[in-house]
Amino acid sequence: MIDDDFVKALLEKCSYLSLRHREDCLTLDCPADSLIEFSRHLRDEETFDLLVDLTAVDHGETADTRFSVVLHFYSLIHRTYLRAHIACADNEAPEIPSISSVFPAANWHERETFDMFGIKFTDHPNLKRILMWDEYPYFPLRKEFPLAGIDVPLPAADVAEVTGAEVDPAPMMGGPFVSSGNGRMSDAEPRAKDESWTEESIKGS
Amino acid sequence: MSTTTTKEISVGDIGARAAAHSDNERMALNVGPSHPTTHGVLRLMMELDGDVITKCDPVLGYLHRGDEKIAENMTYNQFVPYTDRLDYLAPLANNVAYALTVENLAGIEVPARCQAIRVLVCEMARISSHLLGMGVFGMDAGAWTPFMYTFTEREKLYTLFEELTGARFTTSYTRIGGVARDIPEGWLPRVEKFCDQLPKAIDEVEKLLTRNRIFLDRTEGIGAISKDRAIAYGLTGPNLRASGVDLDLRKDKPYSGYDQYEFDVPIGTKGDCYDRYLVRIEEVRQSILIIKQVIASFPGGPWYCEDAKKIFAPPKEKIMTSMEELIQNFMIVTEGPQVPPGEVYFEAENPKGALGFYLVSKGGGVPYRLKIRAPSFCNLSILEELAPGHMLSDITVILGSLDFVMGECDR
Repeated sequence: MIDDDFVKALLEKCSYLSLRHREDCLTLDCPADSLIEFSRHLRDEETFDLLVDLTAVDHGETADTRFSVVLHFYSLIHRTYLRAHIACADNEAPEIPSISSVFPAANWHERETFDMFGIKFTDHPNLKRILMWDEYPYFPLRKEFPLAGIDVPLPAADVAEVTGAEVDPAPMMGGPFVSSGNGRMSDAEPRAKDESWTEESIKGS
Repeated sequence: MSTTTTKEISVGDIGARAAAHSDNERMALNVGPSHPTTHGVLRLMMELDGDVITKCDPVLGYLHRGDEKIAENMTYNQFVPYTDRLDYLAPLANNVAYALTVENLAGIEVPARCQAIRVLVCEMARISSHLLGMGVFGMDAGAWTPFMYTFTEREKLYTLFEELTGARFTTSYTRIGGVARDIPEGWLPRVEKFCDQLPKAIDEVEKLLTRNRIFLDRTEGIGAISKDRAIAYGLTGPNLRASGVDLDLRKDKPYSGYDQYEFDVPIGTKGDCYDRYLVRIEEVRQSILIIKQVIASFPGGPWYCEDAKKIFAPPKEKIMTSMEELIQNFMIVTEGPQVPPGEVYFEAENPKGALGFYLVSKGGGVPYRLKIRAPSFCNLSILEELAPGHMLSDITVILGSLDFVMGECDR
């Protein structure tokens, strides 16, 4: 079981760790340069051998430490979770070591986190976008990225050049729902467009 | 008089690209994104040596809607319909997992009746999902008929879902702190009747598949995942259990009162496609047992959290007659259910595996960050390692046995 003794022993064995809280599961802060050592220790010594989730949180453009990566481990012996927070030092070019050599499951999770937040995982075997296409220029889950999206050129430049095709506007624009995309949250919600018309007023396009 | 104009379109020099290919003996084969094998919009870029796969590179994202971004821009209850569209073969189970996550952070526990309703719908969703999984798996292996049997049963389930939620497919049944409405009158006996006749239909499917020579040849020993590799790649659900790992969150971390019910967790031995099929068949039978126990001990009392005044909206008739309830309803609708600041990670044992939500709140009615940990995403990540060495025709069976849904994989 995860009790006080376990936490104390873990913190002694891995002196670089610090306890954050134990509200829903044991939550630890780990410095980025000790991450590989820590994850290997968790897997081999503490039986937390299932990496269930790896993601990041953007704390906003004004935060001191803007990006932190959050990992969730599960132990088949203790039957419980363990969470680790890793702060990314550089706010402009966030970077942390990849743990895909320890946990193959991290491979796709890290690609997704890179895709959505632009956090670089050093020594990742194949760090390219996974949900968006390779040439996509933005990181959509960063807080400054608008909900409505930003128009970008067609992915395949060679096709666009020959066919002269432009990228279509985002599907919500001009559709049955309209979204202002910035300003207050309550205004940014997609809402039904006014499609009513009478004999006097013509239907809006 | 009309003239015809022609325009030549060339996309680079294909000949030059083919010549630049490192090994001319290998063939590059693209499957999908829209292909019956891929059960959705998964694309596989494969390299073949004759009939044998030497490299497999899955390409995802064709169904990416940005659900996590959307979640940051709406209140907790408004996101419930988006969870329907994650694993769209078991929307009720997704609804329950999401509601439980937010309730965990808010620190509220729903009453016994609500818990029983949630267990009931989760198990019905599991049956519905596995019936489809088994049916299309048979179809992938060349057996058309079992699909017809399982779909007949699913149709009956959908009628029951419609009676309960008003929708067959996109149910949006849960709210934070409860469910959308209580069960309708006479519904439980109808669920029980369905459960009574289901084992016979499962037997028929089993007669068609389980000892079928062709089916065995196609699935036995194919796509075997060892215990270690399954854990290393973070597999969950029936795919993990087929590899012999005893991990079922309903048993290990019981939520919503699962600890009151008795059921077995089937475990495979070899982790091949056939084991994954057997595990699913047995899980359906166990789900029937759970449903019968829930109905036999169905609790009365309230079906939503009456104490959570800032989270669950009061009943309609009270809103119309009482000022206090009117204000309470107004605040929940405009500001969203009030959840304290903090972070929580919750996983529910869904038909496809462990569906996890990592929720960060800064207080108020809108999540600051909601990460959806999709089981299909993790289950598919092993494909890069699993596919090489198999024949091309095995890919169909392997994909069918992994039983993934792109709606939740791409989010």
